[in-house]
Amino acid sequence: MILKTKNLNLFYGSTKAINNCNVNIEKNKVTAIIGPSGCGKSTLLRSMNRMNDFIDSFSIKGEILFDEKNIYDSKIDATELRKSIGMVFQKPNPFPKSIYENIIWGPKINGFEGDKDKLVEESLKDAGLWDEVKNRLNDSALSLSGGQQQRLCIARAIAMKPNIILMDEPCSALDPKSTAIIETLIKKLRKNYTILIVTHNMQQAARVSDFTLFLYEGEVIEFGDTEHLFRNPKNKQTEDYITGRFG
Amino acid sequence: MIKNNLKNRKKIDSIFKVASKIITWSSLVVLAVLLYHVSITGISKLSLDFLNNFPSRFPHKAGIKSALSGSIWMLTFVTLISVPIGVLSAIYLEEYSKKNRITRFVEINIANLAGVPSIVYGILGLAIFVRFFQLDRSVLAGSFTMSLLILPVIIISSREAIRAVPKSIRLGAYAVGATKYQTIRHHVIPIALPGILTGVILSMSRAIGETAPLIMIGALTYVAFVPETVMDPFTTLPIQVFNWASRPQAAFHEVAAAGIIILLIVLLFMNAIAIFLRNYSNKKYDF
Repeated sequence: MILKTKNLNLFYGSTKAINNCNVNIEKNKVTAIIGPSGCGKSTLLRSMNRMNDFIDSFSIKGEILFDEKNIYDSKIDATELRKSIGMVFQKPNPFPKSIYENIIWGPKINGFEGDKDKLVEESLKDAGLWDEVKNRLNDSALSLSGGQQQRLCIARAIAMKPNIILMDEPCSALDPKSTAIIETLIKKLRKNYTILIVTHNMQQAARVSDFTLFLYEGEVIEFGDTEHLFRNPKNKQTEDYITGRFG
Repeated sequence: MIKNNLKNRKKIDSIFKVASKIITWSSLVVLAVLLYHVSITGISKLSLDFLNNFPSRFPHKAGIKSALSGSIWMLTFVTLISVPIGVLSAIYLEEYSKKNRITRFVEINIANLAGVPSIVYGILGLAIFVRFFQLDRSVLAGSFTMSLLILPVIIISSREAIRAVPKSIRLGAYAVGATKYQTIRHHVIPIALPGILTGVILSMSRAIGETAPLIMIGALTYVAFVPETVMDPFTTLPIQVFNWASRPQAAFHEVAAAGIIILLIVLLFMNAIAIFLRNYSNKKYDF
């Protein structure tokens, strides 16, 4: 168990986005968060590496424990935390710099003193992008296709050697072919990383994840083994959602 | 019921089209006539001597050297003063300040300051820099006054450039453990830089063309020397042109026209840089 929420409540101003969430995220597994739009999936995900700190009205009650330490404790530095908990966003957001610079920037500003070329190569290989870009590492990252850009963003996250990678609908802006490549990648990455993925695509959750968390209107309706949850959902709402009766 | 009034609507359409065409072209014609007139009058006076001579009582000896160098001196110090203050203020307001009543008040007043008539800045400069700080009618006093005048524009345009940097880039940087400073320094500023520079150059163009505040603080109209320190008196291109144009002799009007041509060349050159930077930025970062 690497990540754990304890009586977690998340708010935007006075609106409650997540209500009393208690879940345990297993190490080196893929956990999918599913649910209809506006149910709080992204809010929950973004609270895990304190990306919600940038929203003025955001507030939290309860705890998120990473390695048994509350990440919202005043002793924990959010910048430091994000080194261990990386993130991939909904829309590919490479920096408008070279491919090489995109990978190395994070480690560099955090004081990396090793073989940079090696780190770039390893990260790109892990993200399955190396063969496509090895001859043009100095080209602008914006010259890549959308799917390649997203894999570059994954490589950028990997380069920090995080424990956890958060993915916020990483395939929603991509075509089916790029989506398939990234899904294969996610399954491969679980060997070394814990992955949390938000998706509104239930088939995707079923394909890539070990555990699934179904959220509805800020409540955790059901959380458990993916195969089990999709085959015999315990809750009527879960069943209705995964069979497409609503959402 | 729908009335078939297509014919009528098409008529309005073509009237509107012709009207906007006439309005656009008439203003362009006025500008062209003005430029033509100035060029015809002034072109004969343009020469290396004109650039190298100091002003004189005799039109054929009069030159623009002191005014041109005064403008360059002033512009240099205006840049040194206003760009750091303006850009840093913009960064603070856009990236660091909390959005509360005080910062909103500051914001509104910066926008208001951009609309204050330039003569008012002249009076302010006279009171503060010339009298209170006893800078006298020096290059420095002029530069500080002019900096006050263009600061609001620099702040506003820099803020817009900074705001246009996609939020996703900032979040991407934070997500790999960057501090706010690192994010601003390595991503926000480089991406916003062409936009910031465009604003800076356009406000520089304004500074080089302004006359009123400098006359107010007592910049001289007849200067037969080049400033050597920041405490020296000075004159600038538009003041010199105004001085020549207000003389009764027709020959001086030709000299004034030549001065206007020089001023326009400097202005067009600066605007060309601004346009170049804008196009460059559009090409480089296409989000």
